[in-house]
Amino acid sequence: MVKLIDKKNLRVDGRKLDELRPIKLQVGVLKNADGSAYIEWGRNKIMVGVYGPKECHPKHMALPDRALLKCRYHMAPFSVDERKPPQPSRREIELSKIIREALSPAIVLEEFPRTAIEIYVEVLQSDGSSRVASITAASAALADAGIPMRDLVAGCAVGKVDGKIIADISDIEDKEGEVDLPVAYMPNLDLVTLLQSDGALTKQEFEKAFKLALEKCRFVYDIQRNALLEGFMKTKKEVE
Amino acid sequence: MGKIQRKFVVPGDLIIRADIRPPPNTYRMGDAIYSLKVGLSEVEGKNVRVIPLAGKYVPRVDDLVIGVVIDLNAFAWIVDINSFFPAYLPASDVFGKRYSPEMIDLSRKFDVGDVILARIATFDRSKDPMLTVSGPKLGRLNSGHLVKISPVKVPRLIGRKGSMSKMIEQATGTRLIIGQNGVVVVTGPPDKIPLAIKSIEMVEREAHLAGLTEDVQNFLSRKLGVKPSTIAPYRGDHE
Repeated sequence: MVKLIDKKNLRVDGRKLDELRPIKLQVGVLKNADGSAYIEWGRNKIMVGVYGPKECHPKHMALPDRALLKCRYHMAPFSVDERKPPQPSRREIELSKIIREALSPAIVLEEFPRTAIEIYVEVLQSDGSSRVASITAASAALADAGIPMRDLVAGCAVGKVDGKIIADISDIEDKEGEVDLPVAYMPNLDLVTLLQSDGALTKQEFEKAFKLALEKCRFVYDIQRNALLEGFMKTKKEVE
Repeated sequence: MGKIQRKFVVPGDLIIRADIRPPPNTYRMGDAIYSLKVGLSEVEGKNVRVIPLAGKYVPRVDDLVIGVVIDLNAFAWIVDINSFFPAYLPASDVFGKRYSPEMIDLSRKFDVGDVILARIATFDRSKDPMLTVSGPKLGRLNSGHLVKISPVKVPRLIGRKGSMSKMIEQATGTRLIIGQNGVVVVTGPPDKIPLAIKSIEMVEREAHLAGLTEDVQNFLSRKLGVKPSTIAPYRGDHE
């Protein structure tokens, strides 16, 4: 059994129980995609590119009343300790689905019937909670592409390690800890778009963890806002 | 009328609490108006506007667009208008109602690769847009440089009553044909075209910033080696 929290309530990387890893988010990093974002969340490094709305191919997949949202979450072969085969694994297919479902309530898909919106998430380096980092970056990339959205989606994972509720689970805490609880949240609408749980929590523990997750999502949301502001206002002067 | 309040908004930002119909790029929930896009919101009393800073071209009837013919069949040309739907230019629009595919080969009029200036005749989101080239100056563009800018920045490139585009045209001696879909064709003396393109790129890069007209004016005067006052923004004929 690995000890993940020391006597001073500090975690393996020196963080406090409710402290997030440093997050750096940039939008508009790719010229060829319609929208893009790059996030560094601790040791996670994730690049997201968004195309769309665009013509839907194959045509038979187009929906008559709304846009088709496609999402591919892919981990680079060099993103983990041991080389990861580049073909989509079971886990990547699942994460593509949950990222798509976490973002689709935010996007006004009805505005572009018969079209497709494509999200490509490329994990360059992985270090736990990459799904919430991907959702955070993808939602910023969608906004960067000018796709109409009801709100930004911010994500954060919380969990239980050594019997304690902690925020922002890292890779080792995910593997050795007891519970991983990723949450994606739209702060202005106060709606949760993703809630998964890997492990068991009591009702009290869950309530505490969930409250912590929402609080941290709001913090991540501020980072998204600032990244968009910086991305669009980077040329010298302020708005009138 | 009060002062216009302008601020940067991201999707989901509250713009105003008011019982009004949501203007474009916003939505209403309860008694409040929220932004749908990254942009600049302008609030003047109950008048609300969100100017988006990014986004694709959404066709609108009567817009002038510049497109590239990508394909043709017996009855229509298919034109890429830089949007999420291809546009159709029906052969009957060019050859009249009595057009029949046995008589005329469509590629004699427009061929694949041709750049055309056209007007959007019909469009709703359940059908692909239809174009028309009947109208003055519409049809094939035979020469010039093609520049693509973000469609949301076209209004800034045109400027109030065309002030920005006319200023660039007059200073460089070129002519700009601007499509609402963000495609611009620059024609004129070959040595001046790069300068005109640079100015267009500058407008695109700084479209959301204050004092853009002066910036472009100073840029052009510096490059041409003349006083900024000789490059006056066009103010309309009556002034």
